[in-house]
Amino acid sequence: MAKLIQTEEETLLSEAAHGFLSKSAPVSRLREMRDAGKRNDPELWQEMTSAGWAGVLVPEAADGSDMGHAAAHVLAREMGRNLTVSPFLSTAVMAATLLRQLSDEATTEKLKQIAAGGLTYALALDESAKFSPEQVELTAEKRGNGYVLKGQKRFVVDGCQADRVLVLAKSDEGLCLFDLSNKSPGLTQKALEMIDSRDAADLMFDDVEVSGEALLGEVGRGYELLKPALEAGQAALAAETTGLAEAAFALTTDYLKERKQFGITIGSFQALQHRAAHMWCEIELTHSAVLNAGRILDENPEQATLAVSVAKARATDTAQKSVQEGVQMHGGIGMTDAFDMGFYMKRARVAAEWLGDYGYHAGQVAQLRGF
Amino acid sequence: MGEVDAEGDLAEFRREVRDWLETNCPPEMRDGAAGEDAICWGGTTWTFTCDAQKTWLDRCAARGFTVPTWPKPYGGAGLSRDEDKILKEEMQAIGARSPLDSFGIWMLGPALLKFGSEEQKLHFLPPIARGEIRWCQGYSEPGAGSDLAGVQTHAADQGETWLVNGQKIWTSYADRADWIFALLRTDREAKKHLGISFVLMDMRSPGITTRPIRLISGASPFCETFFEDVEVPKHQVVGTINRGWDVAKYLLTHEREMISNGGNVMGSGRALGAVLSDSETGESDPVLRGEAMRAEVDSLALEMTLERYKDQAEGGQGVGDASAMLKYMGTELNKKRLELEMAADGSAGLTWADTAASSWLRTKANSIEGGTSEVMLSIISRRILNLPG
Repeated sequence: MAKLIQTEEETLLSEAAHGFLSKSAPVSRLREMRDAGKRNDPELWQEMTSAGWAGVLVPEAADGSDMGHAAAHVLAREMGRNLTVSPFLSTAVMAATLLRQLSDEATTEKLKQIAAGGLTYALALDESAKFSPEQVELTAEKRGNGYVLKGQKRFVVDGCQADRVLVLAKSDEGLCLFDLSNKSPGLTQKALEMIDSRDAADLMFDDVEVSGEALLGEVGRGYELLKPALEAGQAALAAETTGLAEAAFALTTDYLKERKQFGITIGSFQALQHRAAHMWCEIELTHSAVLNAGRILDENPEQATLAVSVAKARATDTAQKSVQEGVQMHGGIGMTDAFDMGFYMKRARVAAEWLGDYGYHAGQVAQLRGF
Repeated sequence: MGEVDAEGDLAEFRREVRDWLETNCPPEMRDGAAGEDAICWGGTTWTFTCDAQKTWLDRCAARGFTVPTWPKPYGGAGLSRDEDKILKEEMQAIGARSPLDSFGIWMLGPALLKFGSEEQKLHFLPPIARGEIRWCQGYSEPGAGSDLAGVQTHAADQGETWLVNGQKIWTSYADRADWIFALLRTDREAKKHLGISFVLMDMRSPGITTRPIRLISGASPFCETFFEDVEVPKHQVVGTINRGWDVAKYLLTHEREMISNGGNVMGSGRALGAVLSDSETGESDPVLRGEAMRAEVDSLALEMTLERYKDQAEGGQGVGDASAMLKYMGTELNKKRLELEMAADGSAGLTWADTAASSWLRTKANSIEGGTSEVMLSIISRRILNLPG
């Protein structure tokens, strides 16, 4: 396996992403977006697309840069640091990973549009309050050449803004994966007022008629087609969340060095020093798990489940610890909306649930480790 | 092209190693045994458990495989990290035991390689590699635990020799060792870090006595070691006189990596899932199961971190102060694992008839020996996070 250290290219990519995001999309941009009552930032996505990020997992034959998962994680980590709002995970990571498994002309056209920033996707996965992608009640009934979709999906990230939706449905012949326009007749979106101020929606499929072309891959093999995309998304979200944990921790250690009480900087108190040092250790372990997941997804994607779940479980846990310690060590100011820590905390909570929480991924690990 | 050649060379090396092991590793040494009963410590006091253990040691020593990465003139085989990894993989594949383990290999060797004179290296390293001389470590004292630089065992300058007086504690296997490497105070006037020397002493020197220490887990390899007017030749100082703290710091970093890297991180070596399913009650306890799952996730992330740090070290970036993290996280996690194993065993694990209880009790020392968890956190806080004071 390639080494668990950043390559020179990855370091350059990370520096470029850091330079761009810290200037063009710092946390204040999320704050402005929220205060303006918006849930997404299409202008920013266009800028990111110009930098080639939308095509990071799109094959070169479809005009992508095809830099791979580890590179996507470098970008996601920087987005996590800045709490960047974009359809990167849904579109550039998950939809691209899913679609590139197919080789027909229509799919290639979609991949080209993704890379060019002309097409965004949402993945409609959850039907209950917890991630459980194989538990599907939404039905696909054969009608003529096509299908009729009926049912509901919850917590569809990017569900309002996305041009297209990928949805898993239950048919008489097993699970089928469909790719349809988000404006299909009968499909309605109920926008959710999310704590992290981002786009998510419940999707109602009320006798949505789709043509035979909307079915991706083979009948009954929908989950097999979806799984690599989910794992790519889980790993990239782990990378984003690790970046988030690092940024919240950096705010905290800066504060420990500057805040004075009892006449001295609070960072000289051993009780706080040891908590900060422990937090640093947690982040180190999680960073390793994310690097490992990226390498395995690039080299041996069929064997990535364990690595991805270790990364997502660790990142979920680490980010929550980082923001909780962040608020506590900041004291009162950490509770104020004027201070950024709250934004980190809310995003960490949403990211914890999306694509499987700690329990889901620890369960995957346990199953693969003989529990 | 170069990479392809390198890979070809490694494949060739693997074939050579496999053939060599097939011919040279005695069948009795292929039982995959590890742990205290299977270890060969070497030294003049060592009794081989069987002829095969001696044969295996001698053959490995002749080939440099007891210390594969040491340079050949010092008894090693001069292997690269990739080659060393292949050797370990091939040994593991046939269940080969480690031919020799010792503090000479783990601790003194690396210190001599970095700080020793050429004469010292040529004199002391080959007998370590051959398993002829067994070393122990004299660091801690009753008054110098976490504050190790406070050592008071004194070496008085007598011209050609030092005259050593004082007491060390926690000297593992002092009662079986041939030689000791110790931190001695050679200047009482200097600031405490600047008056210490790293000194090698023959344990048969007149005036050295030892006494074993009994732990909460039962008999232990730890001893108290007493020095009463012990004469030591001056040339047995490693590195510069009064700069022994540099050597000690380097060795402590090395020791931390070893403690976090060795058996202690992996506990008994069994995956926690297997521990639960083998136990009478563990599988059925949802709280225990949840905690075990968490420990398993953390163990895997720690393994990945060890791998990452090795990759970093190979790329020329030292692990440095981050070894404090490995030591802290590794030992705390190991204590957690043994707590879970005890809980899974229920009342079946509560008697001395089972080794589980003493193993569990012994892990409590993991986060004390080689620097406490609290000292590790302070190192991280000061040197990595640059927090004040």
